[in-house]
Amino acid sequence: MNKNYFEIIRAGINSTFQDLGRSNLYHIGVPFSGAMDNRNFLLANKLVGNDHNDPVIEFAYQGPHLKYHGDKINIAITGDVSFKIKNGDNLIDGECYQSFILENGDELDIISTNKSVYGYLAISGTFDLKFQWSSCSTNTKAKIGSNNGEKLSVNQKINVKEINNSFVNRKLNYVNTKIENIRVIKGTNFDYFSEEGKKIFFKNEFKVSKLSDRMGMRLEGKKIENIVDTNIRSEGLIKGVIQVPADGNPIIMLSDHGTIGGYPKIGVVVSADYDRLVQLTPGSTIKFQEVDLNSAETLFKLYDLETQNLISQI
Amino acid sequence: MIKNISNLGDAALYCDFGKEINKDINTHVIKYFKTIQKRNIPGINNLTPSYNKLIISFDLKKINFNKLKKVIDNIEIIKGDRMQNKKFEIPVCCEKEFSLDIKRLEEKLKMKEEKIYESFFEKEFFCYMTGFIAGMPFLGDLDENLRAKRLDTPRVKVPKGSIGLTEQFANIYTFESPGGWNIIGNTPLNIFDSTKEKEPNLINPGDLVTFKRISKEKYQNYHE
Repeated sequence: MNKNYFEIIRAGINSTFQDLGRSNLYHIGVPFSGAMDNRNFLLANKLVGNDHNDPVIEFAYQGPHLKYHGDKINIAITGDVSFKIKNGDNLIDGECYQSFILENGDELDIISTNKSVYGYLAISGTFDLKFQWSSCSTNTKAKIGSNNGEKLSVNQKINVKEINNSFVNRKLNYVNTKIENIRVIKGTNFDYFSEEGKKIFFKNEFKVSKLSDRMGMRLEGKKIENIVDTNIRSEGLIKGVIQVPADGNPIIMLSDHGTIGGYPKIGVVVSADYDRLVQLTPGSTIKFQEVDLNSAETLFKLYDLETQNLISQI
Repeated sequence: MIKNISNLGDAALYCDFGKEINKDINTHVIKYFKTIQKRNIPGINNLTPSYNKLIISFDLKKINFNKLKKVIDNIEIIKGDRMQNKKFEIPVCCEKEFSLDIKRLEEKLKMKEEKIYESFFEKEFFCYMTGFIAGMPFLGDLDENLRAKRLDTPRVKVPKGSIGLTEQFANIYTFESPGGWNIIGNTPLNIFDSTKEKEPNLINPGDLVTFKRISKEKYQNYHE
């Protein structure tokens, strides 16, 4: 029997298990999925002494309220998140990028993310999860992955298989930086758009719409005029692709995206900016800046170095 | 053959096989796809074949566009590696409750319902690609007189098993999903089974598919 588990008092808006996702399945229609904000995912695992690809709980906006039952365990939360830990009569304000010990009966209330979308909860141990195509990542639209492809729901139990008993206190000084511009490489259908439309794309601001989730981010702004064809022959998509359908409003493909699409691709967000892109909340503004392939590769190297550097500081 | 390779963002190759869509071009796409898949080239983490394109995604930590382009430019497609086409007959029930858009199609195509079905069930289809949602097969080519555009406003929920038509293609909704294709029937057959990790898709690119009309009674008793 599982003696260590979390009881879910409140599940949160969209709490799912995630790891680095699953690859080599686009051709059958299954996307990568995985943690939206890769850096914060990696940091959460390092803060509790896990392997880099161990499953964590990703939450959006409001997180879960959990009650822990079992032997003491370390937890860490990353992102820009407000949370409280209740042990007995003590109510402690939690801090991100710091490990905390939970004892039997303690409660963890992840109240909300602050001016960001996603946060991560890692535990010093392994969740008891089903893996599918060597990943636990839950894709709720396709009903794939752990928890039967569903988000967490109230009153369910999250079982913990093993606890690693190194209760080292770990901490990192890190602030999630906001980004002025999202950098973009021109897409394969860039020339489908009018000169005015191209200008609008790179000069104007767009608003992140409420219709955004793990599949895609819809933007609202001045209409980008298409002068060739508002449809292309259906072809593959990758995360970060910015499609512009007939209504002229861009849609950015995110981690759970459909693998094939038929709207023209005006641009692709560079890999280095993906983590910060997904954290933009509905109502915030976004501005695109054009870069070439060489610069995008350099930006990624810098992003990756910075991530490795942060990990090594823990 | 590949006409042009460009970059799609900083972590994918966009291989263009030409403007047209036909079995020959698609067969080239699938041959490249299968060859690259077999080679296990380090750094590649996904392949998406479609009608006339192949997108090769890679891990930017391991390789970059120019290096991988060189590998793909020089790749030798295994000759004599004949495509294995499987053949499937998919049962379809066209009762009113399943043929959600048949009346709409009668108007759009200016054809009687029976003529639409006659033409549809006579055809042998070729699977060009799978995807959008897991396991969904894109099957072509519909006769010219059956080609219609998508719904003006896509449905929020298309039932699992729905058979849809649009332009020159037919497809099967492998699970409930949003979608804008014209729905003419429903199959009781499971087209995508995620519990089969090795071969979750029933139908794969290159396979041949025909549809067979079944009664409501047969549909209801299908799994018994």
